[in-house]
Amino acid sequence: MARIKILYFASIAEAVGSASELLNIPDHIATVKSLKSHLASRGSPWASCFSESSTKCAVNQVLATPDSSIKDGDEVAFFPPVTGG
Amino acid sequence: MISIQQQDFSLADEYANLNTPGETGAIVTFVGRVRDFSDCGGGLYLQHFPGMAEKALQRIADQANKRWALQKLRIIHRVGRLATNEQIVLVGVASAHRAEAFAACEFIIDILKTQAPFWKKEGDTWLEAKASDSEAADHWLAEKTGEQ
Repeated sequence: MARIKILYFASIAEAVGSASELLNIPDHIATVKSLKSHLASRGSPWASCFSESSTKCAVNQVLATPDSSIKDGDEVAFFPPVTGG
Repeated sequence: MISIQQQDFSLADEYANLNTPGETGAIVTFVGRVRDFSDCGGGLYLQHFPGMAEKALQRIADQANKRWALQKLRIIHRVGRLATNEQIVLVGVASAHRAEAFAACEFIIDILKTQAPFWKKEGDTWLEAKASDSEAADHWLAEKTGEQ
């Protein structure tokens, strides 16, 4: 069992109604891809946000790929494509 | 130097700071501003990912410094609620000659727009990323690969 912090930004934070949460994840959730599936399984509105391939992820503030690993104590952020500047 | 802040900035002050008397031959600045979005409530709200946004801007600045001979480099990105006609972002670069300054300034804003974690909301709507912005950034990244 790993305990992680999840951050949500912009349209995703608004859709799920939260900016952050602490989550205990079972051992079989060890990658960004499996965490996304886990969150998507919560049903609407999570399902649409986390099945969206454009949703970006950063682990400990470094841009991650679907195969990036997640371990105890990590900070995992989900956000839409950036639109600053 | 990079800054992320709510308060406005003075282009005149930043311009003066970019100059190294006797050495600077060219200064190029870019300022992004809020256009009139009155049809969707007016103004803009800018959110960022604290920590990661600073790191992203620093990385972009480091890349520009590695790629061109620059004397000074300044990036300021504002966050929070911004009204129509307010300044959003400043990119300023100083070099001995104009070619480096023009190229580095354009590079920084193009990469910033696609890599730095900032998000704009107009009225009730979060903006969608534009394909033209990705293409502008890809052009620099492809060019770099070609050089190697």
